[in-house]
Amino acid sequence: SARVMPTQERKLFSSTLFHKIFKAHTSLSLKKCKGCLYKISTSMVEKGTSLLKMMEISVAEAEKRTGKNAVNMQETYTVYLIETRPVDAASEGTNPVPDSLWRRYSEFELLRNYLLVTYPFSVVPPLPEKRAEFVWHKLSADNMDPDFVERRRVGLENFLLRVASHPDLSSDKIFYSFLTEENGWKETVFETGFQAKADSRLKALNATFRVKNPDKRFAEMKHYGDELQSVISQLLRVRARAADRLYGVYKVHGNYGRVFSEWSAIEKEMGDGLQSAGHHMDAYAASVDDILEEEEHYADQLKEYLFYADALRAVCRKHELTQYELEMAAQDLTSKKQQREELATGTIRTFSLKGMTSKLFGQETPEQREAKVKMLETQIEEGEELVKERNTECEEFVKSAWVDIERFKEQKDHDLREALISYAIMQISMCKKGIQVWNNAKECFSKM
Amino acid sequence: LLSQQLRLNERDLHDTTVTDGSSFNASMQTSPASMINQYKFEEDAEDTKDIFVTVDNPESHVTAIETYITYRVVTKTTRSEFDSSEFEVRRRYQDFLWLKGRLEEAHPTLIVHPLPEKFVVKGMVERFNEDFIETRRRALHRFLNKIAEHPIFSSSEDFKIFLTAAPGELTSYKKQGPGFLSRMGETVKAVAAAVRGVRNRPQEFTEMQEYVEAFSQKISSLDKVTQRIVREQKEYLEELKECGPTYALWSQSEEELAEPLKDVAGCVDRCCKETEEQVKNLNDNLIPVLHEYALCTDTLKAVLRRRDNIQADFEAKTEALATKKADRDTMRDDLDKAEDRLEWANNALKSDWTRWQKDMRTDLRSAFVDTAERNVNYYEKCLAVWESFLHSQRTDAEGNGNVDFS
Repeated sequence: SARVMPTQERKLFSSTLFHKIFKAHTSLSLKKCKGCLYKISTSMVEKGTSLLKMMEISVAEAEKRTGKNAVNMQETYTVYLIETRPVDAASEGTNPVPDSLWRRYSEFELLRNYLLVTYPFSVVPPLPEKRAEFVWHKLSADNMDPDFVERRRVGLENFLLRVASHPDLSSDKIFYSFLTEENGWKETVFETGFQAKADSRLKALNATFRVKNPDKRFAEMKHYGDELQSVISQLLRVRARAADRLYGVYKVHGNYGRVFSEWSAIEKEMGDGLQSAGHHMDAYAASVDDILEEEEHYADQLKEYLFYADALRAVCRKHELTQYELEMAAQDLTSKKQQREELATGTIRTFSLKGMTSKLFGQETPEQREAKVKMLETQIEEGEELVKERNTECEEFVKSAWVDIERFKEQKDHDLREALISYAIMQISMCKKGIQVWNNAKECFSKM
Repeated sequence: LLSQQLRLNERDLHDTTVTDGSSFNASMQTSPASMINQYKFEEDAEDTKDIFVTVDNPESHVTAIETYITYRVVTKTTRSEFDSSEFEVRRRYQDFLWLKGRLEEAHPTLIVHPLPEKFVVKGMVERFNEDFIETRRRALHRFLNKIAEHPIFSSSEDFKIFLTAAPGELTSYKKQGPGFLSRMGETVKAVAAAVRGVRNRPQEFTEMQEYVEAFSQKISSLDKVTQRIVREQKEYLEELKECGPTYALWSQSEEELAEPLKDVAGCVDRCCKETEEQVKNLNDNLIPVLHEYALCTDTLKAVLRRRDNIQADFEAKTEALATKKADRDTMRDDLDKAEDRLEWANNALKSDWTRWQKDMRTDLRSAFVDTAERNVNYYEKCLAVWESFLHSQRTDAEGNGNVDFS
C-alpha cells in the first residue's frame, strides 16, 4: 500500500507508477521493489485470474458534486474517479488514456455488501471509515474536509486493490463491472437478488442462537477478532491523545521565537544570537505538522485492521449460522425419525399433543396411522436430503473459510509488521529533525 | 574623585551619628588601598577564586514553637581576613534574608542577587516538600556564590560573619547595627525623597530604567513560556505512558506479531523515561535561572529607585541652601555630603551595572546552551532506541528471507 511510505516518497508513487511496479510483482520478482506491498503470497497471484494481473486500478481523484437526492433535496457529496488500464498497454510504453468512471462512497458500500453476502466464507476487505473517528483536535472530523477526502481516496484505492488481489473476490463479475461500467451498475447488482439473501442472512445473524457443537477453531478466531478490535481501538485512542499533546509541546516553542525576537531588540551583544535562535524555535514549532500528518498514515493502517477484525468476526459468525442450521436440520430429522418409530411400534416415548388427544379421544384408525407414517417417511427423506445438503454446505464453508483465514493471517502479520517498522522510521525521522534544530539553536545560543 | 572618596571615608570614621541618613555602617571599614581596587572589579572577575562556598545538606529542626530547615554552609578560603581556611556552619532562610538586607543597606546602589522566594505562591507546595527544599537549596547556593564572586560584597564583614560565626555569635551580631529609630529615620527620608521626586535624572539612568522595564517583561515571558512547555510535556508524558502497555497487551493476542509488538512496547517505554528526564532537566536547570533573573528585575528597579532618592535628596538640599538664610554652614556641609553620596552611588551603580549585564549574559547564555544540549541528547537517545528496533527487525526479516530492505 502506498500509505506505508513517507510523504515525499508517496508523491513518487502516484497511482500509475505504483501499478507499473506492482505489475513487476506479479512476475514474482519482489526483491527489487522499494516501498510498495513487499510480499504477495504466490498463491494469490497464480490462483485463478487475479484481476491485477490484467489491469491496473487506481482511485485517481476526488470531486465535489451537488445534486438532488432521493427526497428531492439539494445535497453535496464527493465522487471518486476510478481509473483502469490494461496491464499490457502500459508495458508497451504507449501509455494510453485510462478508462475511468466516477463513483460515490455509497456505491462502494453497495459493492461491499454484495461481496459479503455472495462470499460469506471470505474475509472481505474493509472500506475506509465512513466518519472520521479517533480524531485529535487539529484534525477535522468533517467529511468534506480536504484532508479527510484525500485520506479516504487512498483508502478506497486500497480497498479496490485488496479485492482485486483476492483469489476469490477478484474474479467476480459485479466487481469487474463496478470498475468498468458507469451506467446501470446498480441495477445489475440488484438483479442478482443478493438483497433478499442479505436481508434474511442479516435477520438470522442478528438473532441470538446457540450452537451445540461449536468448531473450536472458529470460536478462537472470533475471540481473536474481538481482542484485536478492542486493542486497536484502545491504541488509536491513546495515540490520538498523545498526538494532541505533542502538538501542544511543539507549538509552545513558537513563543520562544517571538520573545527572543523582542528581547534581541533591547540587547546589544546578545541580539544576533537571540534573533537567530528564535528562528530555529519557529522552525521547531512548525515541524510538528509534517510529523503528525505522517502519523495519520500509520493510524490509517491500524484502522484498516480494526475494520478487518470486524470482517473476520463476520466470517466466524456466518460459520456459526451454518453450523446452527445444520444442527437444526439434524435435530428436526432425529425428532421425525423418533415419531415414525413411535407410530410404528405404538409406544409413545415423546409427549405429543396428538398422542394425548388420541389417548383421550380414542385411538386413530389404522388408515390414519398409515397416512401419518407415509407422510413422515416423505418428510424424513426430505430431511435427510436437507441434512446432507447442509452438511456439505458446512464442510465447504469451513474449508473455504479456513483457507481465506490463513491467507488473511499471513497478510495481517506481514502488513502490521511493516506498519510497525514504518512507525519506527517515522520516529527516527522526528528525532533527526529534533537533533538538527536543537544543534542549530545551541550554536546560536553560544553566540549570545 | 578618589581623594574625595578617601575624605568621605575619614569623615565617617569620626562621625558617630547616623541621623543624616547616610548609610555607611561599621561594615564599610575599608582601607583606602582597597577602595582603589573597587573600581577595578571587572578585571578581578576572571582572576583565581580564593573562596569557595557550598550550600547543602538540608535538615529539619523541630522546636516547641516551630519547625524549620537549616542548610549546611561550607567555606574554603585562602583569604587572610579569615582566621582559618575551612568553615562549616548551619544557616536557615532567615539568616540569608538578614545577610541580603545588610548588603542592600550598606550598598543601596549595588545589585544583590535575589534570594529564592519566601514561599511558593502558586500551587500547593508545602514548605517542607522535598523538591521545594532542593530547589531552594540550589538557589541559596547560587546566591552565596554570587556574593562571593562580587568584588565588593565578598569583602563585606557581614558576609564573613555569616560564613563563619557560631549560632550564638550570629544572633548577638545581628542585634547590633543601626537601631530601630535610625532605620525609621531612613524610611521617612526615603519616603520624603520619593514624594519629592528626582528632577534631573541623567540620561543613562533613564535608559537603564527603560531597559530594566523591557527586560523584565521579556524574562517574565520566558519564565512563563518555559513553565508552559513543562506542563505540556508532562501531559504528553501521561498519554505516552499508556501507549507501551497497549502494545504489550496486543502482543498477548498475537503469534508472529508478538515479538515486534513487545519490542515496540519496550521502545515506547524507554522513550517515556527519556521524556521524564527531559522534563526534570527543564525544571532543575532552565526554570530556576529564568526565575532568578525575573526576580533580579525587582532588585534592579529598587536600586534605580534608591539612586533616584539619593539624587532627590541632593537636589532638595541644593534648593534649601539657595533659599534659606540661617544655618548656612551646616547646610553646606550637608550638601557636600549629599553630593559625595550621589557621586558614589552613581559610580557604584554604573560599575555594578556593567558587571551585572555581563553576568546575566553569561548565565542566560549557558542556561540556554545547556538546555539545547540536553534536548539534543534526548533526541539522540530516542533515536538510538528506534534504530535498534529497526535493526532487530531487519536481521529477523533477512533471516526469514521475507523482505529485502535495500
